[in-house]
Amino acid sequence: METKKTIRVLIAKPGLDGHDKGAKIVALALRDAGMEVIYSGLHQTLEQIIQTATQETVDVIGLSIMSGAHLPISKKLIAMMKDKGLDDVYLTVGGVIPYQDIPKLKEMGVSEVFPGGTSFEKITKGINSLC
Amino acid sequence: MGVAKYIKDERGAIKEVIYQSGIKVKPAYGPEDLEKAGFTYEKDLGAPGEYPFTRSLHPQSYRSRAWTTRQYTGFGTPEETNERFKLMIANGQNGLNVAFDLPTQMGYDSDHPLSEGEVGRVGMAIDSLKDFETAFAGIPLDRIGSGLTINAVATIMMAMYQAVAEKFGYSKDQISTTPQNDILKEMIGRGAWIFPVEHGVRLVGDSIEYAVKELPKSNPVSLCGYHIRESGATPAQEIAYAFEIAKAYIDNVVQRGIKPEDFVGRFSFNFNVYGNLWEQIAKFRAARKLWAKMLKNEYGVKDKKKLFLRGLFGGGGSGLTKEQPENNIMRGAYYALGAALSGAQTTALCSFDEAYTIPTPRSALLSLRTLEMLMDEVGLRDTVDPLAGSYFIETLTLEMEEKILEEMKEVQQMGGMVNCISNGLIQRKVSKQAYEFEKGLQSGEYKKVGLNPSTTEDSSPDSTSGQTEKTDVELHEYNEDWAKKSKANLIKLKATRNNKDVKESLKALEKAAKGSDNVMPYLVKCCHAYATVGEMAGVFRDTFGEWNEPEFY
Repeated sequence: METKKTIRVLIAKPGLDGHDKGAKIVALALRDAGMEVIYSGLHQTLEQIIQTATQETVDVIGLSIMSGAHLPISKKLIAMMKDKGLDDVYLTVGGVIPYQDIPKLKEMGVSEVFPGGTSFEKITKGINSLC
Repeated sequence: MGVAKYIKDERGAIKEVIYQSGIKVKPAYGPEDLEKAGFTYEKDLGAPGEYPFTRSLHPQSYRSRAWTTRQYTGFGTPEETNERFKLMIANGQNGLNVAFDLPTQMGYDSDHPLSEGEVGRVGMAIDSLKDFETAFAGIPLDRIGSGLTINAVATIMMAMYQAVAEKFGYSKDQISTTPQNDILKEMIGRGAWIFPVEHGVRLVGDSIEYAVKELPKSNPVSLCGYHIRESGATPAQEIAYAFEIAKAYIDNVVQRGIKPEDFVGRFSFNFNVYGNLWEQIAKFRAARKLWAKMLKNEYGVKDKKKLFLRGLFGGGGSGLTKEQPENNIMRGAYYALGAALSGAQTTALCSFDEAYTIPTPRSALLSLRTLEMLMDEVGLRDTVDPLAGSYFIETLTLEMEEKILEEMKEVQQMGGMVNCISNGLIQRKVSKQAYEFEKGLQSGEYKKVGLNPSTTEDSSPDSTSGQTEKTDVELHEYNEDWAKKSKANLIKLKATRNNKDVKESLKALEKAAKGSDNVMPYLVKCCHAYATVGEMAGVFRDTFGEWNEPEFY
């Protein structure tokens, strides 16, 4: 079996929404799948998320958004990632995401979208296939 | 099959049933089960309306009065919300349950950078008393009570509610408001906390003390097991943790020299009806009994009415699925049936489209009609506590009582709820359970219709395989103009209000916050001066600081 470096993921809760069950259980699932997972905690500004991602040299940022503000938040974060030179970091988005928004998120540059209810297996596979 | 564990034999017959709270269910129950559990009518049930209130708080229950319906409502600017309030009231709703947007819940004004994209999204945007004047225009505040789903800044919204009522000519003893105001719960689940634990609890104490003295019809705290359950707690833990949180608030107020007898009657509860039907019914019956027993035995409360576990038992959002959303209409109806069989005083349902976003008028009215059907059409008002005496339900109620007590004892052994939350003990436990439950759902160990059909194929959402079809339900749309309008109103307000009054009232608030004065009267003055939510919460932020949540694993 080929040896691969352990994938480092930052699970981040941007903005004011405090519904963190999804973020926490996905963090636990990815950790059980052998990834190194950093959880940002609640109420993070995008600046804080970028800073943590840089400090922790993560391969993937996984945003968890339940409030419906996934489009503006993702757009802004992608611009900031470019600006800060995080070009090799993948962005995935999970949470309450209507299916019709998935193409819009991908167009912006989101690598993978995992709407609520996506199986842990698919999330793990999706992230593994990116890195 | 549902949220309980079902172990089957090779032919598909059920061998074993284990509820989430850890109770095993037998294939059949008889008089021997009640005898074994030491059940007696006088000790465990009593007549409806009599201690320990297992059966009902009132002797006639729904015969004398059907339940109060309070659909969770609010979005956009106060104008939109006012319109929706009036729609719900015109359609028979008899109480309000107000939803605030995230900036308001977190104590930020609409023009704060962190509010971007969130103004008016999940509730209405409130910056100042001006907005409350619009939101509650034409609502008879002496007849319609309002639940306010607000926690970290509940003191501010309670003050603003008093201010708007006074502005409209009502006196503060005519109005009834129930802010959620359960900050410890927010720290376990839902996450709308701001200040460190001890300051959060002090603010809850301030609001209780103030309500006792100044707002005779208001209920300053609605203990909210609901969100604890949504975060992964079992039904037994939902009740146990809410009761342990209640004890933390009681302790704070007792330290101020107020007797429990004088304020516990003002507590109300918000519990979740999601999960196995029988387990829910047993949970509520056991909870009514335990609360009354606890207040009587541990706190010496004597007045019968002050032993009531009053509250809203509402359909749980985590029961809803995005897949086949119309199924949620039926799900909601079964949850409502559970609430009615449990004798819920007040109720509400998540609407079928809420797995996507906040409800449309059509789906909100569907929820209201579902609730009406049970009361007016199907027969739930006929007789009090119709399941009483069932060998199964009475045994289960006793077992649930045991489970709740076990969970409460565990919290006490870990140093009480404030300690458990400060150290993240409960948060870790609940998150771990949520993870295990989700794994069970994904593996098919737990069944949800439309979500995990009995195939081995992984039918969960997939953003790569083209499963991006449009949802076939009409969805509530977010309107970017709400934020613009709120910001424009804020600029106008700041230019037209008396800024000297604002400054002085905020300064007085700061002094109270830094000292030990009750902050409530100062907040009422700030509200009347048109200080903004962000300004008032800003005073608290500067004085108290913000909470650092503990690591969750």
